Amino acid sequence: MTAIHSTHIAKPATVSTVMLKVLAALLPGIALSVYCNGIGILLQLLLASLTALGAEAAMLRLRGVAVLPALKDLSAIVTAWLLALSLPPLGGWWMIVVATLFAIIVAKQLYGGLGNNPFNPAMAGFALMVVSFPAQMAQWGSPQLPLDAVAQWQWIFLHTLPAGGVPDAISSATPLDVLKTGLRQGQALAGLLPSSSAQGLIALGWLAGGLWLWQQKLIPWQTPLAMLAGLLALALPLWLWQPAQYASPLLHLLQGGTLLAAAFIVTDPVSGSSTPKGRLIFGFGVGLLTYVIRVFGNFPDGIAFAVLLMNMTVPLLDQYTRPAVFGHRRERS
Amino acid sequence: MMPLFDFPGGIHPPEHKAHSSAVPIRLAPLPPQLHVALRQSMGNAARPCVAVGDRVAKGQLIASADGRLSAAVHAPTSGVISAIAPQPFAHPSGLPELAITLDSDGEERWIDRQPLHDWPQRSGAEIRDFLAQMGIVGLGGAVFPSHLKLGVSPLETLVINGAECEPYISCDDRLMRERADAICDGIAVTRHALQARQVLIGIEDNKPQAIAAMQAAAAAHGFSVVAVPTKYPSGGAKQLIRILTGKAIPHGVRSTEHGVQCFNVATVYAIGRAVLHGEPLISRIVTLTGAVDAAANVEALIGTPLDRLLALAQPHRDRKEVVMGGPLMGFTLPDLAAGLTKAGNCLLVKSPALFPPRPPAQACIRCGDCASACPVSLQPMDLFWFAKSKNFDKAQQWQLFDCIECGACSYVCPSQIPLVDYYRFAKSEIWAAERDKNAANLARQRHEFRQMRLQRDKAEKAQRLADKAAQAAARQTASHSAAANVATNVAPGADPKQAAIAAAMARAAAQREAAPLPEQHSNGLNDAKQAAIAAAMARAAARKTAADEAKAASGQPPAPPPASSGLDDAKQASIEAAMARAAPRKAAADEAKAASGQPPAPPPSSSGLDDAKQAAIEAAMARAAARKAAADQARANQQPDS
Repeated sequence: MTAIHSTHIAKPATVSTVMLKVLAALLPGIALSVYCNGIGILLQLLLASLTALGAEAAMLRLRGVAVLPALKDLSAIVTAWLLALSLPPLGGWWMIVVATLFAIIVAKQLYGGLGNNPFNPAMAGFALMVVSFPAQMAQWGSPQLPLDAVAQWQWIFLHTLPAGGVPDAISSATPLDVLKTGLRQGQALAGLLPSSSAQGLIALGWLAGGLWLWQQKLIPWQTPLAMLAGLLALALPLWLWQPAQYASPLLHLLQGGTLLAAAFIVTDPVSGSSTPKGRLIFGFGVGLLTYVIRVFGNFPDGIAFAVLLMNMTVPLLDQYTRPAVFGHRRERS
Repeated sequence: MMPLFDFPGGIHPPEHKAHSSAVPIRLAPLPPQLHVALRQSMGNAARPCVAVGDRVAKGQLIASADGRLSAAVHAPTSGVISAIAPQPFAHPSGLPELAITLDSDGEERWIDRQPLHDWPQRSGAEIRDFLAQMGIVGLGGAVFPSHLKLGVSPLETLVINGAECEPYISCDDRLMRERADAICDGIAVTRHALQARQVLIGIEDNKPQAIAAMQAAAAAHGFSVVAVPTKYPSGGAKQLIRILTGKAIPHGVRSTEHGVQCFNVATVYAIGRAVLHGEPLISRIVTLTGAVDAAANVEALIGTPLDRLLALAQPHRDRKEVVMGGPLMGFTLPDLAAGLTKAGNCLLVKSPALFPPRPPAQACIRCGDCASACPVSLQPMDLFWFAKSKNFDKAQQWQLFDCIECGACSYVCPSQIPLVDYYRFAKSEIWAAERDKNAANLARQRHEFRQMRLQRDKAEKAQRLADKAAQAAARQTASHSAAANVATNVAPGADPKQAAIAAAMARAAAQREAAPLPEQHSNGLNDAKQAAIAAAMARAAARKTAADEAKAASGQPPAPPPASSGLDDAKQASIEAAMARAAPRKAAADEAKAASGQPPAPPPSSSGLDDAKQAAIEAAMARAAARKAAADQARANQQPDS
């Protein structure tokens, strides 16, 4: 193929700049996460990044693809960060490493690398961990953990605490998990609500990043809004019907990484739908399924499974939601 | 203020028009030698009608149109024809094209110009024919012969395209600023030819001076000048029609079916020059821009060597390749020795500083930016995928051929994928496959016909023997007068035969018309072959008719069909003959007679002759006529007479 006939000018955008901006958009949330949960999350991010780069480089080499250009697109780092932000901040080092290896090697490179993966790699890695290690995945550090940086790192790497540390403080379950378990045991909803606003604060960080990405035209509005709409479509009526039994829509919006997913995960272009209508359906489906799995399913959070399930529908969505071509009437294909 | 509409997608690349639009149009100096390519329009290259050594005047016809899509070519200046030979050509392929080389004598001596002063009294068809002789083609880039766009009238809306949406180009801008009155004269002629109810002149709002000038000139004529929002590619004909009229015309549909026709401002200007001043299209405005010190618009003669033109703009030292057209749809010129063509609206000089080379393509991340930018709402990332995996069926299903190759998708792609290249590749592969399929179909037809002919000959031979025996018996009993009676009844039977020949010739003509463009080089040969086949089929039909008549004349029941599989073939032959007869009889027959120059077959003389014999003679004459017609056609196609 000759380049003689090519378009002679192009926007200066590259995949690397796109990914770099996504990483930048994650920073407010990360900063708030450090403020609330301590420095451990930074170690998780570092571990994930190094693992992702190593795994990506090795796989590219094995596949016979030029390593450096593909590494420079930064997509592996994005996957790594999203995983690190989804897993428990004080989970053992091996957890994030295994999750990242699976995401990069199996969910991404074995399918042909960037652009070819049908499933969101970060969510595939998360799903693997939650299925394989449900107990460890449910242990989140309780808010305002009385651990300093050294103690957190020691816990992550060695699973030991300095003298006087209380392991129980670390192994508290997530608010959504507490809620579900408590409700099943017949406890009153009011007593199960999270006592701190840390999760909500971090969620606002994700929201800020998402808004900036939208303003930069890097994510469409359809998918995130449709996802939130899908979630609310179940949360709101059920809560209005039985407020004592079902948590408020606000709790569903702010807890369990809903906004992280809305801004950064359902908007993954590779594994999501690429038509305007398809994006609406995709996002709405993720929202609905998330709620169903959260409230009626067995897992503490449903986002990862909801995303993976909707990923499967993308080829169909793209086929049947193609916009009508200029001047042609919409046709059934 | 009339309501404006929007088309989907579009991009806003940096304009860079001010470099070249600041200075008035200059006249490019007369070059000592011009290379006027014969391919100046879509369709066939024109056929030269001058010889080396001829002295020609400025504006004299030097090559005439060859076929419907072709356009006439005229001498851009006075001088001597020094060569008619392949020359470098401004086309991305880099393949040379036949060109007429003209050594200018510096006198600029015009032919006797004959304007169409009484154009308001002339019909659309007369103006159309006049423009065809003047070699007017669309100057917006497509070089579609303009007279072909004047076919449909009356028309609802005539759209004049002054959008000029590609970055860097400003030739239409300058033309509108400086020659608005002449443009409006041309529009008036065009409007008259089309009997258009309203005229809308669309100009992008980044050209306020052009808009003002055109408004001042158009007021007297009652044309509306409409400022349209600056957005690439608003200058695409269908995009501009959408903006101005709200009509979305899909691929494969002519805008005239929706009552709209669109002309570029430079084209209507040329129409005005031709009709009002008798000047054929021998020059055009060219923007010289990019990595140059003296960006400008020059009025240059068609055939001016491009390197001479470029020198006028003083290109930078670090200049690399030169693009003809704009930065989004233009192509890199393979050889600057080529002469300017009617399509050459802009020479854009590239330098690494101004046009940094594109970084290597990365993987498509399906971000959908291309789909948002596509002015025809395609899914470019899907088309890219299908083209890359050579899944051409799927690409066509995804309406690849609606792509206008505007380059908006390539421009926005963050993965820096040259998307349009992939679409062009897919299109050319599909075209090639279709050509192969057509060739295979032709070969199959020929083979089947040969099989049919062999079988039929066998069957006929058997039948002839049977007839002979039957006739021998009949002759002894039938009276002379009865035979004569039947013979007069045969007279109308001459018609079907001629109809068969005529139909065959009409078929051959239709095939020549319908022959795909890329095959034009071999057309003559194919036509000769096809005509031969058609003639042979006509012969077969004639023979069959003759046999039928013989049967009728002898008053015998048809001989029992041979037991072999020849039965089917005989049936098929008779069906063919019937189909040929069913073709529009009288008109076709007349036309065929006139075309072949053959006297009509003499009416059968009655009585004296044996009827069967007479029928045989008639069949032989039909054969001869058909053969003669085929030979004539073949000769006409093989030797382009001038």
